[in-house]
Amino acid sequence: MLRTILPLLTLLLACITLQPPATAQTTADQTGTELLDGLRAKSFKAKIAAVEKLAAGGDPKVAAPLTAMLEGRLHIRKSDRALVILEKRDGKKFFVDPISGETLGEAKSRSSNKVRVNNRLRGVLRSALGTLTLFSKDPDIRLKAARAIFKSADGNSLTILAKAYLDETDDDVREALARTVAATRLRHGSDDEKMAAVKILTDFSDQGVRDLLAKAALSAKGDLAKAISLAAASIDQRLAFFGVLQNLFQGISLGSVLLLAAIGLAITFGVMGVINMAHGEMVMLGAYTTHVVQVLVLQHFPDAVTHSLLLSIPVAFLVAGLFGVFLERSVIRFLYGRPLETLLATWGLSLMLQQFVRSIFGPTNREVIAPSWMSGSIEITGGLVLTNNRICIIIFAAAVFLTLTLLIRYTDFGLRMRAVTQNRSMANAVGIRSNWIDAMTFGLGSGVAGLAGVALSQIDNVSPNLGQGYIIDSFLVVVFGGVGNLWGTLVGALSLGVANKFLEPYTGAVLAKILILVLVILFIQKRPRGLFALKGRAVEN
Amino acid sequence: MISRRNALNTLAAAALAAGIGIGASPVQAAEDTIKVGVLHSLSGTMAISETTLKDSVLMMVENLNKSGGLLGKKVEAVVVDPASNWPLFAEKARELIQVNKVDVVFGCWTSVSRKSVLPVFEELNSMLFYPVQYEGEESSRNVFYTGAAPNQQAIPAVEYLMSEDGGGAKRFVLLGTDYVYPRTTNKILRAFLHAKGISDADIMEEYTPFGHSDWQTIVASVKKFASQGIKTAVVSTINGDANVPFYKELGNQGIKAEDIPVVAFSVGEEELAGLDTKPLVGHLAAWNYFMSVDAPENDAFIKTWQAYIGNDKRVTNDPMEATYIGFKMWVQAVKQAGTTDVDAVRQAMYGQKVRNLTGGMAVMNTNHHLSKPVLIGEIQADGQFDVVWQTEGEVIGDAWSDFIPESAALTADWTYPWICGNCKKPTFTN
Amino acid sequence: MAKLTFTTQKTTWLFAAVLAAITIVVPILNLAVPETSALHVPTYILSLFGKYLAFALLALSVDLIWGYCGILSLGHGAFFALGGYAMGMYLMRQIGDRGVYGNPELPDFMVFLDWQELPWYWLGFDNFFFAMAMVMLVPGALAFIFGWFAFRSRVSGVYLSIITQAMTFALMLAFFRNDMGFGGNNGLTDFKEILGFDLRSQGTRAGLFVASGVALLAGFLICRAIVASKLGKILVGIRDAESRTRFLGYRVEHYKLFVFTLSAVMAGVAGALYVPQVGIINPGEFAPGNSIEIVIWVALGGRGTLIGAIMGAILVNLAKSYLTAAFPEVWLFALGGLFVAVTLLLPKGVVGAVGIWGNMGARAPGGKS
Repeated sequence: MLRTILPLLTLLLACITLQPPATAQTTADQTGTELLDGLRAKSFKAKIAAVEKLAAGGDPKVAAPLTAMLEGRLHIRKSDRALVILEKRDGKKFFVDPISGETLGEAKSRSSNKVRVNNRLRGVLRSALGTLTLFSKDPDIRLKAARAIFKSADGNSLTILAKAYLDETDDDVREALARTVAATRLRHGSDDEKMAAVKILTDFSDQGVRDLLAKAALSAKGDLAKAISLAAASIDQRLAFFGVLQNLFQGISLGSVLLLAAIGLAITFGVMGVINMAHGEMVMLGAYTTHVVQVLVLQHFPDAVTHSLLLSIPVAFLVAGLFGVFLERSVIRFLYGRPLETLLATWGLSLMLQQFVRSIFGPTNREVIAPSWMSGSIEITGGLVLTNNRICIIIFAAAVFLTLTLLIRYTDFGLRMRAVTQNRSMANAVGIRSNWIDAMTFGLGSGVAGLAGVALSQIDNVSPNLGQGYIIDSFLVVVFGGVGNLWGTLVGALSLGVANKFLEPYTGAVLAKILILVLVILFIQKRPRGLFALKGRAVEN
Repeated sequence: MISRRNALNTLAAAALAAGIGIGASPVQAAEDTIKVGVLHSLSGTMAISETTLKDSVLMMVENLNKSGGLLGKKVEAVVVDPASNWPLFAEKARELIQVNKVDVVFGCWTSVSRKSVLPVFEELNSMLFYPVQYEGEESSRNVFYTGAAPNQQAIPAVEYLMSEDGGGAKRFVLLGTDYVYPRTTNKILRAFLHAKGISDADIMEEYTPFGHSDWQTIVASVKKFASQGIKTAVVSTINGDANVPFYKELGNQGIKAEDIPVVAFSVGEEELAGLDTKPLVGHLAAWNYFMSVDAPENDAFIKTWQAYIGNDKRVTNDPMEATYIGFKMWVQAVKQAGTTDVDAVRQAMYGQKVRNLTGGMAVMNTNHHLSKPVLIGEIQADGQFDVVWQTEGEVIGDAWSDFIPESAALTADWTYPWICGNCKKPTFTN
Repeated sequence: MAKLTFTTQKTTWLFAAVLAAITIVVPILNLAVPETSALHVPTYILSLFGKYLAFALLALSVDLIWGYCGILSLGHGAFFALGGYAMGMYLMRQIGDRGVYGNPELPDFMVFLDWQELPWYWLGFDNFFFAMAMVMLVPGALAFIFGWFAFRSRVSGVYLSIITQAMTFALMLAFFRNDMGFGGNNGLTDFKEILGFDLRSQGTRAGLFVASGVALLAGFLICRAIVASKLGKILVGIRDAESRTRFLGYRVEHYKLFVFTLSAVMAGVAGALYVPQVGIINPGEFAPGNSIEIVIWVALGGRGTLIGAIMGAILVNLAKSYLTAAFPEVWLFALGGLFVAVTLLLPKGVVGAVGIWGNMGARAPGGKS
């Protein structure tokens, strides 16, 4: 750590001795919206100049209108060309004064024009807001601010940055500030300062820093160039290491998606022997249930919408499960002993279910909102980014798997289920109602497929074709793992997922998938009954 | 024995009779209707996009009938479902033309479906309006292309990305689904980028299968490619279904449009409808139409559409505008020709003008492509696009790209003396 | 255990005669009878039925292995498509310099994807006989290799079904790749002529119809001969009790390999007949859903009856053609419902049901498979 602190201190001292920038203090009479007049300009160029001027002014009052502008809420009222913020409250829209925040009355539709923002302006806005919110009370905002100006801060902001760094109490924010200070020095500093900056930046291993160093290398000469290339090399080395971890994570995450998709099938197909081509459509039903639950929650409890996903877990299980019981009672039960004919009937069912959903919900995608705790990502370090939704899906898959194994292993129902699938007539003889068990087992498999639908709604299209995309992979996983064995499905799914993700960087997505298929075909030659083959005489049938 | 033989005979006869029945029944097509075929997939993978276009045609037919029909006759839409199955497209096209005797067909989305029906339309000399942006490299006498050609979408978009306002990108990732549209577009773009002085080292080209749903690796590699100190942009020709998981991954891995903008050619309002667009604000799309455009024609169109479909949240998109322009042009051409005869209508189509929905004028050129404006929009938090740049006037659709050597030499012009879709010199005969 | 599956000699000849009659009469009604006549068969119907006949041959090939040997292949669409591609490559080469870019060597898609020369695997396809040999050899060889591995390792039942599905899925992904040199997603299209005959002319269409009819007839008679022979009895033995047959001293895998390869060749021929009639071949034909559908035709017509497979293919496709035009919005309900209803109500398929009504069953395999 000392290695970092020393050069940093030199950098900071250099900052403080700098003449404070001639901050254009806002004059007392500029308290109203005149301050913002420049934002009404037509061209993006003029708007950018106006924003930069406001940021240099350093007046925290402008943070609110600039945030509104960034989020597309800053409007120009058509009647008097005044700048206003458009706010939604209880389904109605109101105009709000951008500086004072007082409500100016209700807004009719098309009575104002949005102040347009493009990417370039958005970048300028973000860094302007970063400078303005560096001293916010909320450490999260300060952290965001420090990161926001990483790419853009110029030499003039160094004094402020240094002050912010020295005042800072939060470790994360301090680190982010140090990174930003170094980055700024690397852009706008003497060669010595640049050298010091490079030293600091070497310890960060994220792609932002890597990008910055590459950019600096373009103009660097002599020792500095050498230092930069050394730093870049060491960052690259760490990034490569994290890349492997990242790859592993991606593989596990793909594996857990496969596991979720396949595990219901491992029951209906693996345990019961029904070649269930409608399995994908059960997944789809689960996804649509998630959508419907969300719409209902949004209607009745709009505030609770981030939790609607949790609510849809049991609902989707029930909907798909009950539907599975219905299918079993109405169609599948007539086909026991004729497994191949279940293929025919369930294929027909899958066509009907797709069309059914298409008729009710339309052919287009349905939106399922990602709850806030599932969007975004966690940065372990800069080079290792784990996306929240993938983490949640891995946990969810593990939970589903665990519950299912426990259910089958330790509950009365599980015992009966195993008894029926292993020896139906014996089970009947000891008084198990095998009909009922069949229906429940099929319902369980379908319900689990519904759970998969909840998870898939977070990463894939919620459309009538959702199930079709997963059915082949699911069968492959079950067969690869060994029909009738849940652990096989787990190992199968994870190994296929990880193998796929490690192949993909070398071969591309298409070839990786083809190779996986070929590998599974070859593997089945070696072990004709999958990874975990059931042993015993029952297998022969 | 006898019953068995009878049964077999009956089955065989029934099969044949039923088959002929398909052919025989609609022959009594009344003289007082004009038939319009609709050849869009209503099931299978493409239903997600194509069903909307079927509804658009039906809406316009309904409105046309309300306002008195065409040439004093009622217009009747004949809808079939080619089920996203390409050979079935050809079969259904033949059925529409030969059995239902339609006067014109609006249909197809994918290039392969168009390629599949093309020989049928040429053989039977019928007329197809194709409403989707595509790779160009085609000009059939029997097809009017109302979607964008690459020079009306891809090239202006990349020019924008390289401009100051677009961020001055100098390094590009060309990301696409592995089929002919992305391949051709990227080939054209690569040639264009070379011409702008960008070397192959600064271009990454990557293709994925249809319906690709796991984008983790590719998004991560894009991030890596973009961290080399040069402003990088992504040009996406990812098709249909694969877009939602792609954008979700993009949002979750935190790729901001200010850092690495993604410009897409196949993502419109309809595709965004299934997405939470808040993390995607600022990513771009290039089209000839956006729903957000403030123009009286557009407002009226949106109103009619939402009323027709009975949902005031339903969005409109570029292929719908292309269908709208095509349909209106065909109606005008039929009126002008005074008949639905294909050759007469085709002649009347050239130079036909229709006000497009963004306030300009669409003109049908003699290469069977339209003149249209090019708009670049940024995704907003409400799932709409804000136009951030647009061409001064309309751009003429180019059937043969200037950036592919073999194709640069070709001219498409269906008026004397060329009379040909892929000529190097005038042909004079027809 | 089900009894051996035979249709009687008489039924066979009767069916063959009907098939032959259709093959001869329909083209005549198309070509010779004036369009105004009620008996005239429109060209549209002719090519539609030509396509159905190709599908029927495909269904026959599946019935041979599934109905008589218990091998449920969910990847037969792959052999069909490979045969189709071989034919498509020949038709592509026939275009010559009439493509849009006028390149005498390279097909259009290769020109604009910058291929400099014809890849080696395209060589020879300008020769009709070479191409026809490939129509049979390529699917046959793939089936032989695949079967040799799979049957030797005693992969059977659903395991075999799923890996055949994986095979066709892998091939689909491979053919989608533009780098493969088969035209990617667009496949091969824009065909002009076959053996110098214009593909658009009525005569050529009638000719293709006749060819399909003859191929189907030949396929039917070959299958019939096989299932009626001693070989056929061993196959049924394998279907009903594989281990027992093996214990009796038969090399089960050899028999399986033989019918599997033969069946793939038949599927390849069907594909080759299909392509010129629909005018396009693309990777969509490899889609696993297509292969499942073939199995459904067989099951619906009546598994293990040969005639049933043919009837099933024609009936389902007829229904599909009709429903997609008559009820474009809801036809999947009808088709899906049909599959469910047939499974539940007619477990032996349409032909089986007809047989029951006629009180002399062509016994389809019931019970375990």
